[in-house]
Amino acid sequence: MHISTAPAASYLQPTALSDALAALADAPYVVLAGGTDFYPGRVGKPVDDVALLDITRVADLSGISRTAEGWRIGATTTWSEVIEAPLPAVFDGLKAAARAVGGAQIQNSGTVAGNLCNASPAADGVPPLLALGAEVELASTLGTRRLPLSQFILGNRKTARAAHELVIAVLVPAWPEAARSSFIKLGTRKYLVISIVMGSAVVALDKAGRIARCGLAIGACSAAALSFDALARKLVGHTPAEAFKQLAAEDLQGLAPINDVRGSAAYRIEAAFTLAGQVLARAFEQAEGKA
Amino acid sequence: MNHPLEPGLKSLAEAGLGSIALTVNGRPALLNCAPPTRLAHALRDELGLTGTKIGCDAGDCGACTVLLDGKQVCSCITAVAQCAGREVTTIEGLAQDGKLNRLQQAFLKYGAAQCGICTPGMLMAASDLLAGNAAPTQAEVEDALGGVLCRCTGYQKIVESVLAVAHDDLTLEPPTAGRAVGSRLARLDGVSKLTGAEKYGADEYPAGALWLRVVRSPHARAGFTLGDLDAFRRKYPQIEGFITAADVPENSFCVFPVPKDQPVLADGHVRFRGEAVLGLLGERDAIIAIPEAEMPITWQPRHALTEPEEALTATGDLIHDFAPENVLCRGRVVKGDVQAAFPMAAHVVEENFRTSYVEHAYIEPEAGYAEVVSQGGQERLRLFVCTQTPYMDKEEVARVLKLPHDRVRVVPSAIGGGFGGKLDISVQPLLAVAAWKLKRPVRIVYTRPESMASTPKRHPSRIRVRLGCDKEGKLTAMDFAGDFNTGAYASWGSTVANRVPIHASGPYALPNVRALTRAVYTNNAIAGAFRGFGVPQACIATETLMDELAEKCGIDALEFRYRNAIRAGDATACGQVLQASAGLDQCLDALRPAWAGAKEASAAFNGQAIRSGSRKRRGAGLACMWYGIGNTVIANPSTMTIGLRASGRVVLYNGAQEIGQGTYTIMPQIAADALGVPVSLIDQVHSDTDLTEDAGKSSASRQTFVSGNAAKFAAEDLRRQLLQLAGTAADATLRLEGTALIAGTSRIDLQGLTPINERGDLALGSGYFNPPTVPLDADGQGVPYATFAFAAQLAEVEVDLDYGTVKVLHIHAAHDVGRAVNPTQVEGQIHGGIAQGLGLALMEEYISGKTDNLHDYLIPTVGDMPRITTYLIEDAEPLGPYGAKGVGEPALVPTAPAIYSAIRAATGVRVRLAPATPDRLKAALKAHEAGQRL
Ligand SMILES: Cc1cc2nc3c(=O)[nH]c(=O)nc-3n(C[C@H](O)[C@H](O)[C@H](O)COP(=O)(O)OP(=O)(O)OC[C@H]3O[C@@H](n4cnc5c(N)ncnc54)[C@H](O)[C@@H]3O)c2cc1C
Ligand code: FES
Ligand code: FES
Repeated sequence: MHISTAPAASYLQPTALSDALAALADAPYVVLAGGTDFYPGRVGKPVDDVALLDITRVADLSGISRTAEGWRIGATTTWSEVIEAPLPAVFDGLKAAARAVGGAQIQNSGTVAGNLCNASPAADGVPPLLALGAEVELASTLGTRRLPLSQFILGNRKTARAAHELVIAVLVPAWPEAARSSFIKLGTRKYLVISIVMGSAVVALDKAGRIARCGLAIGACSAAALSFDALARKLVGHTPAEAFKQLAAEDLQGLAPINDVRGSAAYRIEAAFTLAGQVLARAFEQAEGKA
Repeated sequence: MNHPLEPGLKSLAEAGLGSIALTVNGRPALLNCAPPTRLAHALRDELGLTGTKIGCDAGDCGACTVLLDGKQVCSCITAVAQCAGREVTTIEGLAQDGKLNRLQQAFLKYGAAQCGICTPGMLMAASDLLAGNAAPTQAEVEDALGGVLCRCTGYQKIVESVLAVAHDDLTLEPPTAGRAVGSRLARLDGVSKLTGAEKYGADEYPAGALWLRVVRSPHARAGFTLGDLDAFRRKYPQIEGFITAADVPENSFCVFPVPKDQPVLADGHVRFRGEAVLGLLGERDAIIAIPEAEMPITWQPRHALTEPEEALTATGDLIHDFAPENVLCRGRVVKGDVQAAFPMAAHVVEENFRTSYVEHAYIEPEAGYAEVVSQGGQERLRLFVCTQTPYMDKEEVARVLKLPHDRVRVVPSAIGGGFGGKLDISVQPLLAVAAWKLKRPVRIVYTRPESMASTPKRHPSRIRVRLGCDKEGKLTAMDFAGDFNTGAYASWGSTVANRVPIHASGPYALPNVRALTRAVYTNNAIAGAFRGFGVPQACIATETLMDELAEKCGIDALEFRYRNAIRAGDATACGQVLQASAGLDQCLDALRPAWAGAKEASAAFNGQAIRSGSRKRRGAGLACMWYGIGNTVIANPSTMTIGLRASGRVVLYNGAQEIGQGTYTIMPQIAADALGVPVSLIDQVHSDTDLTEDAGKSSASRQTFVSGNAAKFAAEDLRRQLLQLAGTAADATLRLEGTALIAGTSRIDLQGLTPINERGDLALGSGYFNPPTVPLDADGQGVPYATFAFAAQLAEVEVDLDYGTVKVLHIHAAHDVGRAVNPTQVEGQIHGGIAQGLGLALMEEYISGKTDNLHDYLIPTVGDMPRITTYLIEDAEPLGPYGAKGVGEPALVPTAPAIYSAIRAATGVRVRLAPATPDRLKAALKAHEAGQRL
C-alpha cells in the first residue's frame, strides 16, 4: 500500500465503514471516537493540526448485539451504553468497570474500543474483557482479523493495530447462563480516578458446584493488564473453597508494577494479591448464589 | 453514538469546511469553526454563551458540562462536528421566561452555589439525572454529579438541593427590616450565578484583544538567553508582539513590601519550573499553534535546591543574594521557660511531622484582560481580573509600570474560587506590561497546568513538637520548631512564618511555649497563602500530640482538651489576655453526645469486624483549633460607604471582594439592620478601585469582622445623617416608603433633595474599622489579633486494613463564630473547609511536573465527602459587627488532624506524613503490625 499524508486540517466523518477504511488505507488518520483520550492530551494546544477520522457516525460500528459465538460490542459503544444494555449477568464485572470509568460525562462519550486502543496500563475496561476472554476485531481494506485481547494490547500505549486498521468490535464469547463476574477498582477517590490497581474475575460452575471455566485479570500492575490463564486452568475442576487453597503467590507471576504518584510498586503488588483474592471470592459467591 | 446526519452536512464536515448546524437551547445555531473545535470553546467564543465554564480543557473538572441530546458530556472534550444535527443545552437554557427552574431555585435557596464556577456543570449534570428520574436517591445524585468538581461547597448543599427538587417548598422569604442579621438570606449574587450571566475572568474581553501566551521555564533552576526575536517573528508572522524582562519598567513584585523578589518576566535566570520568561502576543489560535520547542531560548540548567534541608545547608549557594542560608524569614514566640518546664512535666511526648505542597485547585484558572484607556487626557490602565485583592493589585501594577496609583483601575471579575491563591499576583502585571507596551487590549486565560505550575501553593512543612503536661493533665510546656518551604519567591511566606508560632500552642492555656519557624527558599514551586496560612500544618502536629498526651494521662481526649481549653481571662502564648468570645469549651460541650456515640459505635463495629474476620476498622477522633482574625499585627483597615438615592433606594459601595464566601450578601445584611431598612431596599456597587473605598483583602477570614464593622458603622452614620435631616431623635425609627423617608413622625420627599455627589447620593454614610492590635516584641509578646475564632471537629472514619484506604463517614463540626450573620453561608464555609481539610489529609499532593493537572492532582469528589453536622456556637465578640467573627479559614484547620486522630483510634497508626495516601497508610499499618516505627 502507498503511504501519503492526510491534509493537516482535514476531518472526515464517514457514515459507511468502507469509507472509513478507505480513508485509513489512504493516509494515517488519527481515529477519533469519544475524544476523551484525544483532547486531554492537547490542553493549550491546537486540536486541528492532525487529520482526524471521526468514526462516531459509522452505522456499522455502534451498539451491542448477540452473535452465534457470543456478543459483539461495536467499536463506538460507549460506557453508558454498556451500563444500560440488557446483558447476561456474566457482564456485571464489565458493567461495574464501566461505572468506574471517570464520571457520568466520560461514560457518555468514552468508548470501549477507545479504551482498548488507547492502551493505558490503567484502562479499566481491559481486565474484565480479558477475564471474559474477549477478542478484538480489526478491519482494513484488506480484510478483517481477530486477535485475543491479550495479544492486541502489547504494552503501555502499544497495540497490535496497524495504522491502516480500525478496531471495529470487541467480541465476547458466550458463557453459561449461570456464569458470574466481578470487578474491583482501587483508587484514591470515588469518582474521576485512575486505578492504582483493578481486577476482574469471571467464573462458571458446573452442576456439581465445581469450577468449569474461569478467568482472572489484574490491571495497572504491568505495562498491560495481565490475564492469569494458567491459574484459571488450574482452578478448573475444583470447588471455590478448594480453589482458594490452591492459590499461591506464583500464580500471579508477571506483575511488575511501577512507582508513580498513585502508589508505590510495593503497595501495588501487595494490593494486587489481595484484590485478586477478593475478585475471585466475589465471583464465586455470585456464582454460588451467596451474594 | 450513531446519529443520522442531515444530507449536505456530511460533506461539509468531511471537507473540514463551512459551518456546523446544531440546536442550542432550542434554537438553531451555526458554528463557523474547525470540525474538531472543542464544543466549550465554540459555545463561548462563537455563540457568546459564556455560562459554560472551562476549568481544565481535559474532562477532569466537569465545569464545562452541557447536555448533548439530553445526556451530560464535557463540552471541552467534545468535537463540534460530533454535535452537528444534535441538540445542545447549556445553563443559559434552564431558566424559562426569565424564571429560575426548580433546580435553580433549590440551588439558590439552599446555598448550593458559592463562587459559582462549578454551578453550570452541577446544574447540567443534575438536569440530566432529574429528566429521567424525578425523585432520585442520594446515591443516584452522587453518581450523576461525580464528574463535576466543586472546591467551595463540600458538595453537601448541592446534593441537598438536587434532592429538594422533588418535594420541597422552594419559595424564598426575605427577612423583614431589622431581621437580616442571623437570617438565611439567599445569596444576592445568586441568580446571576445560576443563570450563567455572571462574568468571570475569562468571560469578557474587548473586541480585538490580543492573546498573551506566556513561555515558561521547563527547568527548576537555570540561566537562559533569548535568541533573535526578530528572526523568530519572521518565521512566525502571526506574532504581533513580545514582552520580555526588558519591557518591564520595574521588574519586581511581591505581595509584601519586602522583599520584592519576583520578576514579572525572568531576566537571564529562573528559580523554579514554570517561571515566566517570555510573552508572545497575537491571535489566540495562531499563537498557541507555535510549538514549544521552537521558542528562541537557550537554557543552561543548574543544580536545583528543591528541599529545605538542602537549601539550608547549601553553604554559599544562594537562591537570592539577599537571603543568607536561603532563609526568607524567621518567626518566634517565646513565653515562660520551656527548658525548665520539661524536666518537671509528668508526661512528655515528641514527634516529627511532614506535610506536602497543596494546590488551591480553584476551578477557575487565572484570567482577565488589560486595556489602556484615555481619561481626562491621560492614559490609564484598566485591568479586569479575577482577584481576592483588587486594591493590592492596583498598587502592585502601578509599581511595576512606574505609574501613579490613580492611573490604574482594577475592576474585579466574578471569581471562581480563591482560597488564598488569588490573593497573589499572577496575570496582573503580565497583562499590564503587554497592554501598556502594545497599547492594545490584551487577554489571557491560564491553562490548568500553567496555573498549577506558576502560582503559589500551601507551604510544605517539617515540624517537630514536644509537649508536656503535669499529673492532672494540665499542659505545661510546648517546644515547637517548623520549617516551611516557601519555594522560589517570598509570596506570603513571611505571613506563614509569623502566624504559625502565634498559633502553635493551639487553643490551650500553656504557661511555657517556645515556637520557632523558618520560611526557606528553594527552587521548588512558590508557596504562599492558602486558607489558614500554615496553621493547618501546625495543627496536624500539635493535635496529634494532644491525643497522645491524653492517652498517657489516661484522660479522655475530649476531656483533656476541655481541661486545657483557653478561656476568656487566660493569656495566650503571646501574653495576650483574651477578653471575651473564647468559645472552645462550648464547642467541646456541643460535641460531647456525638463523641460518646461515635466511640461506642466504632467499638461495636470493630468488635463485630474482628469476630467476622472483616478487615475494616472504625475510629473516632477529635481536633481543636483557634484562629486569629485579620492580619497579624499589621494594620488591615476597611472603609465602606453607603448612600441614599432619590429613588428611595440605598446603595452600598461594597469593596469587600466577593470570592464565593458571601460578602456581597453579608455586608448588605449588616448594613440593612444598622440602617433599619429591609435588605431588599439595598443595591450595591461591587468592588472596583474607582468606585468603592478600600475594604482590604478577602483574606485572613477578616471580611465579616473588619469590613462588616465598616459596613455597620457606615450604615449607622447614614442613619444619623438622615435622622438629623428629618430633625428627629437619634433613636427614632426610620423607614423608606417609595421615594419618601419617614423618620419618627416626619416625612421627607426624597425627590426634593439635592444630591451631594455626581452619583446621585442624597447623603453618604462612611464607616472605617481597623482591628486593634499591639506590635509583637522580639519574643512575640503583644496583641497580634483583636479576636480569635475557635472550633472543635470530630471525625468518624473507616479504614480498610488491606488497602490502606480511608472512608470518612461523618464529621461533626462545632465552630464558635461569634454570631452567624448568615447561617447558610457559615455552614457553606464549614462544609467547604472540611472538604479541603479532607483532601489535605488523604489525597492532595502537588509535585511539580507530575501532578500539574486535575487528573493526577486529586481533590475530593462528591463521593468522598462524609456527612457533616454543624454546631454553630455564638459566643458574641464585643468588637465584631453584631458579635460576628470569621469562619473562612477556621473550617479547614482542624479537619485533617481530626481525621488522623480517628485513623489512629481505628488502627493504632499515627500519621506523620500528609497526605495519608493508601500506599503510605498501608506501609504504616504494616510497620505498626510488625511493631516498628515508620
Ligand atoms: C476525566 C477522565 C477520566 C477518565 N477516567 C478513566 C477511568 O477511570 N478509567 C479508564 O479506563 N479510562 C478513563 N479515562 C480515559 C478514557 O475515557 C477511556 O479510555 C475511554 O474509554 C476512551 O474512549 P474514547 O472513545 O473517548 O477514545 P478517544 O479519545 O476517541 O480515542 C482514544 C485512542 O484510541 C484510538 N481509537 C479510538 N477508537 C478506535 C478504533 N475504533 N479503532 C482504532 N483506534 C481507535 C484513538 O485514535 C485514540 O488514540 C478517563 C478520561 C478522562 C478525560
Ligand atoms: S473544563 Fe471540561 S472538564 Fe474541565
Ligand atoms: S461553588 Fe463549586 S467551585 Fe465554587
